Amino acid sequence: MSKLKWAGASVAGALMMFAGTSAFAVTIGFSQVGDEGDWRPAFSKDMQEEAKKQGIDLKFADAQGKQEEQLKAVRAFIAQRVDAIIIAPVVVTGWDQVLKEAQRAKIPVFLADRDVDVTDKSLFVARISADFNLEGKLAGAWLAAASKGTCDIVELQGTVGSAPAIERKKGFEAVVSQFPNMKIVRSQSGDFTTEGGKKVMEAFIKATNNLKGICATFAHNDNMQLGAIQAMKEAGLKPSQDVLMVSVDYVPAMKKALAAGEANASVELRSAIGKYIYPVVTDYLKNPKELPKWIVIPSDLHTAQGM
Amino acid sequence: MRALTGHRATWPLLALVVILIVDGIIAPGFFAIRIVEGRLFGTPIDILYRAMPIALIALGMAVVIGSKGIDLSVGSIVAVVGATIAWRIKAGDPHFVILLTALAVGILCGMWNGFLVAVLNIQPIIATLILMVSGRGIGLMINLIYGGTDPSFESPLLQGLSVGSIGYVPTRLILFAGLFVALWLLIRRTALGLFIESVGGNAAAANLAGINARLITFSVYVISGLCTAWAGIILTADVHTSDPVSVALFSELDAILAVVIGGGSLAGGRIYLGMTLLGALVIQTLATSILMSGLPPEYNLLVKAVVVLFVLLLQSNNARDAVFTLFRRRKG
Repeated sequence: MSKLKWAGASVAGALMMFAGTSAFAVTIGFSQVGDEGDWRPAFSKDMQEEAKKQGIDLKFADAQGKQEEQLKAVRAFIAQRVDAIIIAPVVVTGWDQVLKEAQRAKIPVFLADRDVDVTDKSLFVARISADFNLEGKLAGAWLAAASKGTCDIVELQGTVGSAPAIERKKGFEAVVSQFPNMKIVRSQSGDFTTEGGKKVMEAFIKATNNLKGICATFAHNDNMQLGAIQAMKEAGLKPSQDVLMVSVDYVPAMKKALAAGEANASVELRSAIGKYIYPVVTDYLKNPKELPKWIVIPSDLHTAQGM
Repeated sequence: MRALTGHRATWPLLALVVILIVDGIIAPGFFAIRIVEGRLFGTPIDILYRAMPIALIALGMAVVIGSKGIDLSVGSIVAVVGATIAWRIKAGDPHFVILLTALAVGILCGMWNGFLVAVLNIQPIIATLILMVSGRGIGLMINLIYGGTDPSFESPLLQGLSVGSIGYVPTRLILFAGLFVALWLLIRRTALGLFIESVGGNAAAANLAGINARLITFSVYVISGLCTAWAGIILTADVHTSDPVSVALFSELDAILAVVIGGGSLAGGRIYLGMTLLGALVIQTLATSILMSGLPPEYNLLVKAVVVLFVLLLQSNNARDAVFTLFRRRKG
């Protein structure tokens, strides 16, 4: 009898030791929105590759842009008793119920990228994402330094009402408003597309008599900036020399434009962010303590000089 | 006076003139044209230049609508054509071959629509909805063939056709003029236009009169596919990148609007090519005016809606009569 007890205790002890040392046996469920655009597929790919590198057993679910698919995936993760769940939410609302179910099952939930709107903030541990507002500020700060605080700016906004467009504009304006001689003289939406950026810049060129007195173009993403660069070249202007060009994303085509001296600076929206997200999750599993509700992934500024 | 108010071109032209007068007031130098980088340069040129893709799509749409059909898939066809161009350029095909491939892709898409409508007898709005929904996905899949992380490309031939110029005139205007004349001859100088209009007016009667309604219906979607492919080449070469998710987004609606502003009826039976071009010019003039005006972008859609409503009211006999009667009563 006592022998049996001992055997039982040693098995339990061994199990505990195993559990203690095995950060790698962690199973994480990741519910991704879908694969629209250039950025998100790169993000998905990185999450899968980084999980492999860190020895995490990742259960990946692509919701194809539908919230009901995401809810289904999260419930499946709960049923499978994963150690933690990461959600890249498609929309901000409608998460209360499923997050409560996860909490009841004692499975911590983390958010990647977009936010959720829940009344009880303890339903998720932390949101890990880049800060659109900070990206705008960084672009503004670079421009303030490059123009020595005197600059008439034309702005190419993203899709009206979208979170990145709103926050990048706010962040940029927050910095620019610190300098009395910096102001946005024209601002229009290019819908985050190359075509849109080109059309708007063509109109700006005519409306401002060949960008006379304009010192910089700030675009909410690289695609619009690449369109603006084309429009300026076709009008016989020299982007980056006649007018400073700063934008956000740092996509491959923008790398080329920076190298060719047609743009000045681009703030990177990182897609390889698994290396920021996983350590937060695994550390929390080892040592569950209160985390800040928003953990910001740093944004890099890339300039033509740095190429 | 009666002949003037009666002519169908009068009211859209009047709308265009009103928009241009407003532009002239709010944006000084609106009508200035000069030579920059060896080609004509100025806002009026921009309007013509930017109107070309929608005008091309709208011409095809006018023919389809003339047959009492509708083609919702045009934006998606542009996406597929664009993705194909980027893919074949990365694959290293000769650019002349790529040009033909792009046109062939458009024709193929048109044949698919035509097959669904004419052979399977699916209602046009549903039949073309299938390609409208799937086309951008197909474009994304084509992008994936070569990785798709950097779909930008360089092509002197295609860019020459889109953003180049012959003499001082942008190439796309010259090519559009050629295509317009060819289509006009096909519709108005052969029996085809009459056949399409009679099928649009009453397909059963046309059939009894010995017209192969099925073949005519099939052919209008192919014409639309071809016109749209040309627009796709212009749009893709314009920005030399492939962006299937957002290229020519909502262009089907602008194209339908151009046909309607041009006096076309969704009930079919009439094809007005010149008027459709006028409709496309009204839409683009409005778009360019909004960009020039310096209004915050939150107002773009609202301004467009109000002006379009104004143009359509101008064209409506009932609305005009109501206004005239109101004035007469006041006087009396």
